[in-house]
Amino acid sequence: MPEVSVAAVAEAERLRGAYRWMLLARRLEEKISSLYHSGKIVGGVYLGRGQEAFSAALGVSLWRGRDIFAPLIRDMAGRLAFGEPLLDPARTYLGSVLGPMRGRDGNIHRGRPAEGMPAMISHLGSMVSVVCGMLMARRFKGDLEAVGAACVGDGATSTGAFHEAVNLAAVERLPLVIAVANNQFAYSTPTERQFACRDLTDRAAGYGIEGHAVDGTDLAECLMVFEHAVARARAGHGPQLVVGTLLRLTGHGAHDDAAYVPEALKRTPLGRDCLERAGQHLITRGLATPEELDRWDREVTEEVRQAVATAQQDPVPEAAGETWRALCSDLQP
Amino acid sequence: MALTYLEAIREAQHRALSTDPSVFIYGQDVAVFGGAFKATKNLSREYPGRVLDAPISEDAILGVAIGAALEGMRPIVEMQFADFSSLAFNQIVNQAATHFWRTGVPCPLVVRLPSGGTPGSGPFHSQMMESIYAHYPGLVVLTPATVGDAYSMLLEAIALDDPVIFCEHKFLYYHLKEEALPQESLPVGKARIARMGRHASVVTYSAMVHEALRAAADLALEGYEIEIIDLRSVKPIDSDTVLASVARTGRLLCVGESFPWGGVCAEVVARVVADGFNLLDAPPQRLNARDTPIPYHPNLWAAHRPTASAIAESLRRLLRF
Ligand SMILES: Cc1ncc(C[n+]2csc(CCOP(=O)(O)OP(=O)(O)O)c2C)c(N)n1
Repeated sequence: MPEVSVAAVAEAERLRGAYRWMLLARRLEEKISSLYHSGKIVGGVYLGRGQEAFSAALGVSLWRGRDIFAPLIRDMAGRLAFGEPLLDPARTYLGSVLGPMRGRDGNIHRGRPAEGMPAMISHLGSMVSVVCGMLMARRFKGDLEAVGAACVGDGATSTGAFHEAVNLAAVERLPLVIAVANNQFAYSTPTERQFACRDLTDRAAGYGIEGHAVDGTDLAECLMVFEHAVARARAGHGPQLVVGTLLRLTGHGAHDDAAYVPEALKRTPLGRDCLERAGQHLITRGLATPEELDRWDREVTEEVRQAVATAQQDPVPEAAGETWRALCSDLQP
Repeated sequence: MALTYLEAIREAQHRALSTDPSVFIYGQDVAVFGGAFKATKNLSREYPGRVLDAPISEDAILGVAIGAALEGMRPIVEMQFADFSSLAFNQIVNQAATHFWRTGVPCPLVVRLPSGGTPGSGPFHSQMMESIYAHYPGLVVLTPATVGDAYSMLLEAIALDDPVIFCEHKFLYYHLKEEALPQESLPVGKARIARMGRHASVVTYSAMVHEALRAAADLALEGYEIEIIDLRSVKPIDSDTVLASVARTGRLLCVGESFPWGGVCAEVVARVVADGFNLLDAPPQRLNARDTPIPYHPNLWAAHRPTASAIAESLRRLLRF
């Protein structure tokens, strides 16, 4: 049956593609972490280790140029999969003036808002309503195709901003996908000090929207769920809440040893490394060979090396060249 | 045994918890983890049930603190960073600040704001909020610059019946050390002469006190004696000490790390001009951060905030007038 095999080929390509983005994100973040520890990056470094499958699956389910993607602090994989150039994170972390933030802002606080990637502020929950606004603007302009995705962690679901935005999106029936990466901790705070509902997906009913739960360590499942959620949103079924269950396999930031994460929890299925799982999945299903995975690893490592080397040669901002103006108009504040 | 500014803040909370059963601490990651900066390290173990982790819900955290204060508790709220207090702004300025005036029932609470810039912290982990909060009637706003003040003023803040915004500077957390905690201290509302001088007065607070002291040391080499006033508390503001200093020197420079439009420095200048115009030998000056968000890159950050050399430069201009 030719149709089945076309779908199978497409699925295989999606899996292979998403895996490669995960691998690229992993290697890039390992590099960034080592630059931080050798003092070459100042400020915060927040890593997405353990969350690459959930993040990349969302990124590949959206189309850059048509859709909107608002990542948060652990979405390197999703950003790259959506189409953020590899040089953007390298340059932003290293403070290059050639990066999209020109050294004015750093690390994860980057974006290309004109290309559907708003630049997050630190204040958790604040980006969800911004995506709502972008979607409403698309609707005003007659664009009924776009889907917008906003990423948050389990902790950010406790903000008033999150609640207000999801409720608003439901009222407006916006094509919004809310991706909640429940990595069991908000900094040191475990989920039982964050919310008391059995499962965050239960909240969907309260908002009057559709909810989906997914094992965030399983790439194939994440791809299936996000593809479905994005399609539902695009088809006019309103906001979709997708909750991925996983574990943050790193400190809150590169400065944090995460000693508060119990060893026993790391040994549960939650603690499985989504990258390893995805690699095994590809091999077991005959969708890639171990040699191929090794080759990809060498390729992405080289891509990372080049991007970082380029960013390290870039000029950094100098105070003398600054205009020190925050207004876009030529008004004199 | 030397104590840091941060340890002084921890010690003050320790003492408050041990002496007053109505004190409790509420904030993100403050319990077992001891807070993002470790200002509450071990306190949850020593005072079980009185140091509680909060969800990421700043508005509700302040609402809870206000409610508890109305019932006779003395909550200490730790904001993870001062910048995130913007989410609690409504509760602070509309509920806590107005409460006593509206009802006659006091609302004693302390909001600890880890404030100010450090290299690489960027626009959302560097802000100084004292001018914003000082604008609102009903709040006390404190800005300690020394280890001793961090300790004694926090204790005093907890004891006060008014809501207090306690701006502690992150840049001072680990840098600043003193040999012992003070036995006695100036009361809230009194400024301190941090260095005596006679050619110009620098009025400042928080981390800028130390930049100003360095600038004064440089100018001493050029033969100028600069007086440094550490406001300690920006609301109430000690106009008397400021005016007495200007009466001695005839020249005023006010230095603050917050944005330049309005704010504490503008307030100081306005008061000196209104009440001490005849004392001035030169137009009073102020030096603040630049009028842009706080930059991430250390090269830009260093030029965005006032530094010792920028203060010295402003002083030279003022002295030449
Ligand atoms: C409104 C607000 N309050 C506090 C913080 C400080 N903060 C930064 S990340 C973080 C924990 C976030 O946890 P979660 O949303 O679960 O995401 P995760 O870090 O686990 O990916 C906190 C408290 C913030 N950024 N914004």
